Amino acid sequence: MIPGAFAYHRPKTVKDAVAMLSELGPDARPLAGGHSLIPMMKLRLSSPAHLVDLRAIGELKGIRAEGAEVVIGAMTTQHDVIADSMLAARLPILRETALVIADPQVRYVGTIGGNVANGDPGNDMPAVMLCLGAVYQVAGRKGERRIAARKFYEGAYMTALEPGEMVTAIRIPVPPSGHGAAYEKLKRKVGDYATAAAAVVLTMSGGRAATCSIGLTNLAETPLWAEEAAKAVVGTTIDAAAVKKAAAAAEAIASPASDNRGPAEYRKKMAGVMVARALARAKTRAG
Amino acid sequence: MAKVQVTMKVNGAPAEGLVEPRTLLIHFLREQLNLTGAHVGCDTSHCGACTVDLDGRSVKSCTMFAVQADGADILTVEGLAAPGGTLHALQEGFREMHGLQCGFCTPGMLTRGYRLLEENPRPSEDEIRAGIAGNLCRCTGYQNIVKAIQYAAARLAGAPVKEAAE
Amino acid sequence: MNDVTPSSAERAEKLQGMGCKRKRVEDIRFVQGKGSYVDDLKLPGMLHGDLVRSPYGHARVRKIDAAKAKALPGVVAVLTAADLKPLNLHYMPTLAGDVQAVLAEEKVLYQNQEVAFVIATDRYVAADAAELVEVEYEELPALVDPFKAMAPGAPVLREDIKDKTDGAHGKRKHYNHIFAWQIGEKEATDQAFRKAEVTVKELISYQRVHPCPLETCQCVASFDKIKGELTVWGTFQAPHVIRTVASLISKIPEHKIHVIAPDIGGGFGNKVGAYPGYICAVVASIVTGRPVKWVEDRIENLSATSFARDYHMTTEIAATKDGRVTGLRVHVLADHGAFDACADPSKWPAGFFNIVTGSYDFPVAHVAVDGVYTNKAPGGVAYRCSFRVTEAAYCIERAMDILAQKLGLDPAELRLRNLIRREQFPYQSALGWEYDSGDYHAALKKAMDAVDYRALRAEQKARQEAFKRGETRELMGIGVSFFTEIVGAGPSRNCDILGIAMFDSAEIRIHPTGAVTARMGTKSQGQGHETTYAQIIASELGLPADDITVEEGNTDTAPYGLGTYGSRSTPTAGAATAMAARKIKAKAQMIAADLLEVSEYDLEWDVDRFRVKGNPERFKTMKELAWAAYNRVPKGLEPGLEAVNYYDPPNMTYPFGAYICVLDVDVDTGVCKVRRFYALDDCGTRINPMIIEGQIHGGLTEAFAIAMGQEIRYDEIGNCTNPSFMDYFLPTAVETPKWETDWTTTPSPHHPIGAKGVGESPNVGGVPCFANAVNDAFKFLGSTHIAMPHNHWRTWTVADKLGLHG
Ligand SMILES: Cc1cc2nc3c(=O)[nH]c(=O)nc-3n(C[C@H](O)[C@H](O)[C@H](O)COP(=O)(O)OP(=O)(O)OC[C@H]3O[C@@H](n4cnc5c(N)ncnc54)[C@H](O)[C@@H]3O)c2cc1C
Ligand code: FES
Ligand code: FES
Repeated sequence: MIPGAFAYHRPKTVKDAVAMLSELGPDARPLAGGHSLIPMMKLRLSSPAHLVDLRAIGELKGIRAEGAEVVIGAMTTQHDVIADSMLAARLPILRETALVIADPQVRYVGTIGGNVANGDPGNDMPAVMLCLGAVYQVAGRKGERRIAARKFYEGAYMTALEPGEMVTAIRIPVPPSGHGAAYEKLKRKVGDYATAAAAVVLTMSGGRAATCSIGLTNLAETPLWAEEAAKAVVGTTIDAAAVKKAAAAAEAIASPASDNRGPAEYRKKMAGVMVARALARAKTRAG
Repeated sequence: MAKVQVTMKVNGAPAEGLVEPRTLLIHFLREQLNLTGAHVGCDTSHCGACTVDLDGRSVKSCTMFAVQADGADILTVEGLAAPGGTLHALQEGFREMHGLQCGFCTPGMLTRGYRLLEENPRPSEDEIRAGIAGNLCRCTGYQNIVKAIQYAAARLAGAPVKEAAE
Repeated sequence: MNDVTPSSAERAEKLQGMGCKRKRVEDIRFVQGKGSYVDDLKLPGMLHGDLVRSPYGHARVRKIDAAKAKALPGVVAVLTAADLKPLNLHYMPTLAGDVQAVLAEEKVLYQNQEVAFVIATDRYVAADAAELVEVEYEELPALVDPFKAMAPGAPVLREDIKDKTDGAHGKRKHYNHIFAWQIGEKEATDQAFRKAEVTVKELISYQRVHPCPLETCQCVASFDKIKGELTVWGTFQAPHVIRTVASLISKIPEHKIHVIAPDIGGGFGNKVGAYPGYICAVVASIVTGRPVKWVEDRIENLSATSFARDYHMTTEIAATKDGRVTGLRVHVLADHGAFDACADPSKWPAGFFNIVTGSYDFPVAHVAVDGVYTNKAPGGVAYRCSFRVTEAAYCIERAMDILAQKLGLDPAELRLRNLIRREQFPYQSALGWEYDSGDYHAALKKAMDAVDYRALRAEQKARQEAFKRGETRELMGIGVSFFTEIVGAGPSRNCDILGIAMFDSAEIRIHPTGAVTARMGTKSQGQGHETTYAQIIASELGLPADDITVEEGNTDTAPYGLGTYGSRSTPTAGAATAMAARKIKAKAQMIAADLLEVSEYDLEWDVDRFRVKGNPERFKTMKELAWAAYNRVPKGLEPGLEAVNYYDPPNMTYPFGAYICVLDVDVDTGVCKVRRFYALDDCGTRINPMIIEGQIHGGLTEAFAIAMGQEIRYDEIGNCTNPSFMDYFLPTAVETPKWETDWTTTPSPHHPIGAKGVGESPNVGGVPCFANAVNDAFKFLGSTHIAMPHNHWRTWTVADKLGLHG
């Protein structure tokens, strides 16, 4: 399988990258880890005329704390996410999610920026970002702007990015310490996208859920923020009845396609099961 | 498309070539540098037969353009043995523990095993299994590959090695 | 014997002969990345071919316009059926007596069927050019369901043969019918069913799967116009057969065709047949006068080269109330895809499916098979099994479980009541085979003891109670399978491929220094022949295995053989190796007698030497005899020390085994987790236990993949929906269970070294074992048969239908 021809560019700054992307127009694409884009190009499902490789841009790398937020540069790899001890302590759900993405080789190269900007409903990080209320820092020819993850996804491979714009970093408000979080992913094997997956972040107070947020992966054309499902458990002890309600609410908004992972009806049910399991695990982790 | 010059270090020696931007690293290694150890087993970046070590990471060289590897330091299976020809503990382990059959996945398994042990010198069985999950093998059922990596880990740590494969 | 002379045992150990865990010779090159696989080959001036394939499952080809492709710089030629037709190469014969389109002429009959072949200076340009070939299609209704193939008014698939009333095996019943085949005593079987106290009946389907070796199919063809010679390097499990077929098709004399199978990255049946890509590469080389490489990609491999199975088996067992089987009746609907490219011995259109009585003493049985065409890829290969044996084993092992359930008997107990008894061997089966040897009861009992079967059943019972009380959402399943494989095809009286008897061969040359070169007609694809054949020779001739080079795969040097598949190498070429060695040994004995000035009858063999009976100090080692053979042979004897043997096996061999699987099913997701898998195999004499165990691990892993997830799926309009590693289930090290292996040894009485062959047993026994375990988990809730593969959603659906989701 051989990709089509393209011209290759390797800018050193975000400014240059943005300038190139705007000048070269819609036939130009940023190239991050390439582990979503290159497979598509090899299958000739995608044939950009220009690739703007972001790898030489130092300012896109790194993970740092900024007050109540954690900021992750777009070119940070999933491997880096897994290895980062600050993240492991403050945002353990990121590590848990990164570990169920693909396989070691893909994680060494695939970036978190590429994962969230790709717009593939199968990517795991977007639902986690919805769940966490993350904000994407975006650079374009007109300058910088911020887009809430919850407003970013418009359809399969369609995002709020304007032509020429790129994601430079992800800003994540750190949930209070003592929060419980879990990412539950059902897949056929290592290296598979989710049949269904759910991210849960919650806090408990006096044995009851004080806050809860739920995100769903690969259950619609976009990642889903399951507000109703989360509401169903807030104020409860996350007892069986509340969990059942939450699962039903998640199923209600899921509209997966039938594919080789199973018929739509099954995948919908799995949305509920993943939510129930993620809730149970997040609850035991909340302290 | 105009060709571009790439320069890298491969198995300790400088290597260079003219490539189309779309030339995949695996094709550059196999066809231009005649390093045919790494193989192509799939189109979708799943099998890991093409795995090489690049700047301290295991990468699937079928999912990377040679231009992206410009300036990189690459180790392929051909560079694993010592310059004098002494096999690396992993190579020895694969043979001792019968960790290969047709040998097609083996170069990728070895380079992946190399990085795994660099990062985690004494992995548990589960860690090995997770660590090689990006490499498919159709012949061995993995059990002896796991043993081979354990063998190498023990050898590299100077510990006694387990008895050979059943 | 004095201190300096090593004992016989010490000398034997040094030889690394049969029975030892000799490390593999091939590994030295493979672990250094120095294997030589087809795609590693680079010839001066070599061109690259790429195929243009049909996007439709069934369509008329209206027009092919290659102008744009030809105009692309670097493109040398584009071949279509119009170019092949004058050469009479637009169709090629299949092993099953049908023809297969090389490049589609008027119609395409399956998605990704070959339509045009683009030849360019490199593979990148070839890929670009393939995109530029414009083909106009007119879509036709696709036939995907084999059960609708023979319906009145079904779409006509094969217009090229629609008026042909006779198939390769008798009258055709319908224009989409390929063959009907039956075996056994119909009347007596029907009678047994009429009299039966208990009967069970089930449609047991074995889904379409693909062998999927890690290396795809590929070749390099190079035609030398001046010499009129063709050389083809390719991924061939049977290089000599390819040479003969190539000669028959191309009319190039066979001695001017050189077929070379270098290192092969796994085969599992996928690389037995000839594919259109090979023919195209050959023609392209003839047309261009340059070497042409064709390398299939993975999607092409999974969607267009030979599939396996796709057998739909309506199965009935008659039995007594106390669980004695009295009759077996099976009707098979076999989906062969668009062309009958089944790789079976010529007289066996359903392979050895008549091993379906399995390991049980059925007094009567009858099998009828109908093969039909559908709009799917052609094939029907034996994916890591002997011909259609996996299908048969799955069929009977499921059916026995279904019978046990109906009778309220434990499945292991039902098997113990019906297994062929040791004293019945050699055993004549109701469907015509003569099983060579076995001790089935001992094997099954050993397996049951090893896993503490009763304790497992007790645990299962407790878990079922807990499930009913709502304390767990997991069900425990225990699968038992007992299989008899039939391998080593085969005796010339009933096995041939295109008329060539299925013998195999070995040629052994002992050089003056005692070093050995041996060549066989088989071809390893990972089985380690270079190691194991040398072990046979080492034991037979007393020369160290390390001094023996084994070569296969080059038709110029290797004696004619039928290749490696169906676990036939050890039973056939392994036997030929032993027989050739014995010829050499006989000659060596004459030389020894002459040198020691005694009669041959006064000599006895001792590991690596002939010694004088009663006077062990007087001996000649094989190494010395090798020198003598070239230096000073007795009068009347030819110099030299070599032999060839073509071994026509007197019978098949019948490896067997008992497998037990324990798994847990998560009823809420359908995920099955294998907790334990125990495999006891009896493959007769064990040449290299390390390699045997490796083969079993691999075969079990493939069985696991098939049972739990593999399936080549088509949608209703004939799109193949999952031809990549994204969807086609190849387990990683994480999903793959851990295997416990064990063995008994019942040598084959008719094989020179008693070996039976092993590579495929675990696939044959493994698949039903996993399937029985999944079925067993749900059995107590009233479920009788669940179709494979047991992937998450299917398993979940079973639980759902049983009302387990509240
Ligand atoms: C075998 C395999 C299995 C996989 N399994 C999973 C899985 O289970 N879950 C999962 O989430 N992912 C999976 N992936 C995808 C993988 O995680 C990708 O690496 C990731 O989705 C994209 O990251 P990337 O850096 O490789 O992006 P690229 O492939 O380089 O880019 C992806 C897309 O995003 C655009 N892009 C990249 N960076 C930016 C940016 N900063 N701003 C704007 N646009 C940008 C690109 O133009 C492109 O369109 C798998 C990949 C493979 C090969
Ligand atoms: S060739 Fe399969 S992952 Fe690279
Ligand atoms: S040894 Fe054949 S694929 Fe691994």
